[in-house]
Amino acid sequence: MLHIEDLWVEVQGKEVLKGINLHIGKGETHCLFGRNGSGKTTLLMTIMGFSGYKVKHGKITFKGVDITHLPINERAKMGIGISFQRPPTLRGVKLKDLLKICGDGHGTGRKLAVAYGFENFLERDVNLGFSGGEIKKSELLQLLTQNPDLTLLDEPESGVDMENLNVIGDMIRKLLQKDIHRGREKSGLIITHTGFILNYVTADKGHVMLNGQIYCEGNPVEIFQGIQKYGYQECIKCMQCTV
Amino acid sequence: MALNEKELLEQFIPASEVESVKSLDELDEEEIRKLKETGIQPDESGRTGSFIQTNCSVVQCDCNIPGIELLPVTDALKKYDWLEEYWWKLVPKEKDPFTEETGRHLDNGYFIRAKAGEKVVYPLQTCLYIRNDKVAQRVHNVIIAEEDSELHVITGCATHPHLTSGLHIGISEFYVKKGAKLIFTMVHNWGENVYVRPRTGIEVEEGGVFMSNYISLKGVKSIQTYPTATLKGKGALARFNSVVVAPEGAQLDLGSKVILDAPNTRAEIISRTVSNGGTIIARGHLVGKARGAKAHLECQGMILSERGVIHAIPELEAHLDDVDMSHEAAVGKIAQEEIEYLMARGLSEDEAVATIVRGFLDVKIEGLPPELEAEIQRAVEECQHGM
Repeated sequence: MLHIEDLWVEVQGKEVLKGINLHIGKGETHCLFGRNGSGKTTLLMTIMGFSGYKVKHGKITFKGVDITHLPINERAKMGIGISFQRPPTLRGVKLKDLLKICGDGHGTGRKLAVAYGFENFLERDVNLGFSGGEIKKSELLQLLTQNPDLTLLDEPESGVDMENLNVIGDMIRKLLQKDIHRGREKSGLIITHTGFILNYVTADKGHVMLNGQIYCEGNPVEIFQGIQKYGYQECIKCMQCTV
Repeated sequence: MALNEKELLEQFIPASEVESVKSLDELDEEEIRKLKETGIQPDESGRTGSFIQTNCSVVQCDCNIPGIELLPVTDALKKYDWLEEYWWKLVPKEKDPFTEETGRHLDNGYFIRAKAGEKVVYPLQTCLYIRNDKVAQRVHNVIIAEEDSELHVITGCATHPHLTSGLHIGISEFYVKKGAKLIFTMVHNWGENVYVRPRTGIEVEEGGVFMSNYISLKGVKSIQTYPTATLKGKGALARFNSVVVAPEGAQLDLGSKVILDAPNTRAEIISRTVSNGGTIIARGHLVGKARGAKAHLECQGMILSERGVIHAIPELEAHLDDVDMSHEAAVGKIAQEEIEYLMARGLSEDEAVATIVRGFLDVKIEGLPPELEAEIQRAVEECQHGM
């Protein structure tokens, strides 16, 4: 599904990603752990193609197509979707309008909004006065309407209370077809800081990102437990071992 | 070089010296379409009454509700001696060369009176239309909403689709009596070389409500307007909404002023402006002169072209401590982050910009006809071109 080869990325003249290699297969969910500032969000933003994330070297391939320099909307149309950690407020643009943009024009967004108890937000300006949890729900609702093949989630659990974590978890499971065990087609890359989301969504692989590089591909739960127990310090040591 | 006011006046032929049509039937299809885009329903559907003046002649003036009186203002002046009490009272005749000109040579205008207690659901439409080249149209309008009445007026001002140049001077004096409500929606749809000089005064008595919606999205040479409302009775309210797009070459000097001159009066001025290369001066002035006055001013401007200029001038003036006045002004280009957010949902860059601008200009306006709403949408989309 997604293949990243020796990716080097600069943000505002500063080298942030330094030779990333990552492969996410069809139907796989990967988790990306790492300290603040390690480059996790930069990786997601670069996969989506946002300006300000300058690819200096390397290649991103999606469904066999080199997308390294494609515009954002082309990537979205090919099947990449992203949930933002802090999306901008769009004054005068109603959530229902945005869901129409995401969807196929058959009212999918509205149906989903009703299903997740979010119909009261349809007439509201996108993200205006939304709480942390509401922003996450709104983002996931847009993604569910968009129905991407590869979903990029940037800390989907941050700012969400316990009660809503269940709903957020449900929505992510649906996005990633966690109810299908054979022939699953949807893939995901989830950034998580706290690891909480692993209680709600299973992942196939985990990676640790440090200083713009990815280390430790392995079982996500084991990696996360290791980080909890020994901290990222241990990862650095481990990484030094392998080098 | 910019012309001074007197030179400007001398350039044009008085509307009274130009032949005009006698009925709407004489207008061609293109003209009718333009009037529709300006908010006018030539068949009067959904309207309680209609006043249409082309150049200096009134081609339509009828109203089917007995509680509402609609007349050409020259007829009203002959009919009612008391109208003198409302004539040049809110706008001084000597204010500037344009008011002086209209004071000397009047080409008519409308007089609307909602009698006490009369509440009208559907709007009344008025239209001031310049049909011939180089014509100066000079009108003077009076609206009186008597006690506890309720009235919605839609005014469409336009010029012939192929007009090379023109000048419109419109004096308007609106009186909102005790407990009355007047919603006044004005749509400007001029031509590229047209000068527009409205001069408007409003007076609102106790518990009265005045709401103004102003829309100008099309090419025009120069508009200068600064309606001033005085809230002279307890609890009176005024609200001004403006939605303005300045295409290349347009010089728009717009604003509103509200004087809160009685206890517990409230006012709100909201303007959303977009420059596509034209210059916009967005003014707003709130004057708090009585206890418990509460007012807010909001100027938001968006520049979509390198050549565009938006100059927001919000003013707050408090004359005592017990007033609550605030303002908010922001001018700039669209945030890249917002464009890319929408692109990540599948929109192209142009579509994303259009969506954001449409949202930006989406100030809630009560009672707009569907043609006008469609026209606003279309104009907003049009204003993306040449970016």
